[in-house]
Amino acid sequence: MLNENTFSAKSWAEAIALLKTEFPAAIWDTLYITLLSTLIAAAIALPLGMILAAGDKKLGVLRVPQPVLKVLGFLINVLRSIPFLILLIIVLPLARLLIGTAVGNNSFVVSLVIAAFPFITRLFEASFRGVDPGVIEASQSMGASPFQIVTKVMLREAFPSLLSDLTIAVTTVLGYTAMSGAVGGTGLGMIAITYGYNRYRFLVMYFAVIVLIILVQLFQSVGSALSKKADKRRKGNS
Amino acid sequence: MIEIRNLTKTFASPAGEVKALENVNLTVNDGEIFGIIGMSGAGKSTLVRCINLLERPTQGQILLDGEDVALLPPKALREKRREVSMIFQSFNLLQQRTCLKNVCLPMELTGVPKKEAKERAMALLQRVGLPDKAKNYPSQLSGGQQQRVAIARALASNPKILLCDEATSALDPKTTGQILRLIREINRELNLTVIVITHQMSVVEDICDRVAILDKGTVAEVGKVAEVFSRPQSRAARRLVFPEGYEQAAAEIPDGCIRVVFGGVEATEKPLIATMAIERGIVASILNASTKTIEGRTYGSMLLSVPGGKKEVERALNYISGFPDLTAEEVRRRAE
Repeated sequence: MLNENTFSAKSWAEAIALLKTEFPAAIWDTLYITLLSTLIAAAIALPLGMILAAGDKKLGVLRVPQPVLKVLGFLINVLRSIPFLILLIIVLPLARLLIGTAVGNNSFVVSLVIAAFPFITRLFEASFRGVDPGVIEASQSMGASPFQIVTKVMLREAFPSLLSDLTIAVTTVLGYTAMSGAVGGTGLGMIAITYGYNRYRFLVMYFAVIVLIILVQLFQSVGSALSKKADKRRKGNS
Repeated sequence: MIEIRNLTKTFASPAGEVKALENVNLTVNDGEIFGIIGMSGAGKSTLVRCINLLERPTQGQILLDGEDVALLPPKALREKRREVSMIFQSFNLLQQRTCLKNVCLPMELTGVPKKEAKERAMALLQRVGLPDKAKNYPSQLSGGQQQRVAIARALASNPKILLCDEATSALDPKTTGQILRLIREINRELNLTVIVITHQMSVVEDICDRVAILDKGTVAEVGKVAEVFSRPQSRAARRLVFPEGYEQAAAEIPDGCIRVVFGGVEATEKPLIATMAIERGIVASILNASTKTIEGRTYGSMLLSVPGGKKEVERALNYISGFPDLTAEEVRRRAE
C-alpha cells in the first residue's frame, strides 16, 4: 500500500489542503449522523430494553405475555446477525420510503438507526437487569405501581449505567458512519475511502483515521466522566 | 389483626413442586411484636412475603383486619400495601437517591406534596437519629445507619404493620441491639404491629412478645417467648433453643445422670450445684448445660453426672425437686 510517494512533500501539501477544505464539512457530517442516529436509536431502544428486562417473569414488574418477549428477542437477534454493510444496503430503499431520498446524511441516519437500535436495546436491557431486585421488591412492598417502578426506580437506578451504554453506542455508531463511506455515505469515512484509498492518497486516509480516533477518545472521556459523576455508589463521604 | 389461615405455598421447580409452606395458621394481635424463627429454608421469608402478597398463596387466606388480601384487585392491593411496610436484610435503599429522597419515596408514590413530604421525611430521619445524613447517599452510610433510613422510609406511609425480614442479620451484635431497641420504641410509640423474621434466638428474646417456630414449612410451636423457649415441646423448637445438642447428648450419656430443667428460676437463687455439695454432700459434675436468662429468670437444662450409684442419684433428685421452678429426672441411656 505504501510507496515512496506516500509521505512526499506533494502528498503532504495535498492532504493539508484537503484538511482545510473538505475535512470541516466531513467532520460535521460525521458528528451529525452519529449523534442523531444514536439519539433516535436510543429512544427506540429504551422502551424495548425496559420491556425485555421488566417483563421478565422473575422480576415480575411488567406483565408482558412471554411470547411477545420471545418474538422481540428473536427479531433483535436477527437484526444483529446481519453484517452492517449489507444491512445498510438493504435498508436504503426504506430510507427512500421514509424520508423520500436514498442519498445524503438523513438517508444514512435511517440505516444507522436500524443497525444501532438492536444492540443498544441489549445494552439497555442488561443495565435494567442490573438494578438490585431487592430495591424493586422494596418499592413493590411500598405499593408502587408498575409504571412508578419503571420510572422512579429502574430508570433512576440504572441511569449511570445507561450513560455508559450511550457512550459505547456513540463510539460504535461512529464506526458504522465511517463504514458507510464505502457505499456512498458522507463524512470522514467517505473522505478516507474516496479521497484517500481510491486515489492512493494514503496520507489523507490516515488523517481521516486520526480525526476519528480523536473523536472516539473525546466521546469516551466525556461519556465516562458523565456516567461517573451521575453514579452515587461507592463515593467517599462528602 | 393479622390472621393467616391454612396457608400453603408451593413453588414449581425443575425437580417438581416444592412445598415452601404447608397449612400454616397464625394470628398476630394488634400492637404486638411477633417473632417467626426457623432455620434457613424453613419458609420464613416466604411466609412474611405472603402477608403483603409479594408471594401469592397457593392455598389459604391472609386476613388483615378481616379482609382477605389475596382477593383485592391490583390497585386496592397497592393501597393495602401502604399499610404494611417492610424492611430487609440488605436494606434495599435506592443507591442513586439521597437518604432524604429515599424516605420521601413512599410519599412520592401516593402524591403527597413535595414540601410536605420533605418535612415529614426530615422528621422521620430525626426520629431514627440521622438528621445530619439527609443529603448523604446510602453508600456513604454504615449498615446500621442504612437500616435506620430504611425504617424511616418504612414509617413514611403511616403503616399499621411493619414486617422485618432478617432486618438485623447483616449487622454486628451492637448495632443489632440498637436497631432492635429502635423497633421496640417505634412499636410502643405508634402501636405498630411488628412481625420479626429471624434465625437468631437472641433477636426474639430481645424484643418479641410471642414467637412461632417454623420448621420445614409448618408451624412447630407458637406461644409466649418465655414459654416456648423454656419448655420447647417440638423437636424443631428444642433444636433451636438448645443448639448444643439436646438430642444427641442423650445417646452418649453414661449411667447415673440427671437432667435438671430450669423453668424460670430467679437468677439470684442460690447456686444449685454448690449448695447440693455443701448441704447434702452430693458431688455432681456438669456434663452439659444450656441455659438462658430471659427477663431475669433462667430457662434451660443441665445434665449432671452423679457418681455413687442409684441411691446417690435418688438423693440428688429429691434435693433438686425441692427447689421451686426446677424439675429433675434421671436420664437413662436410650434403647438403641
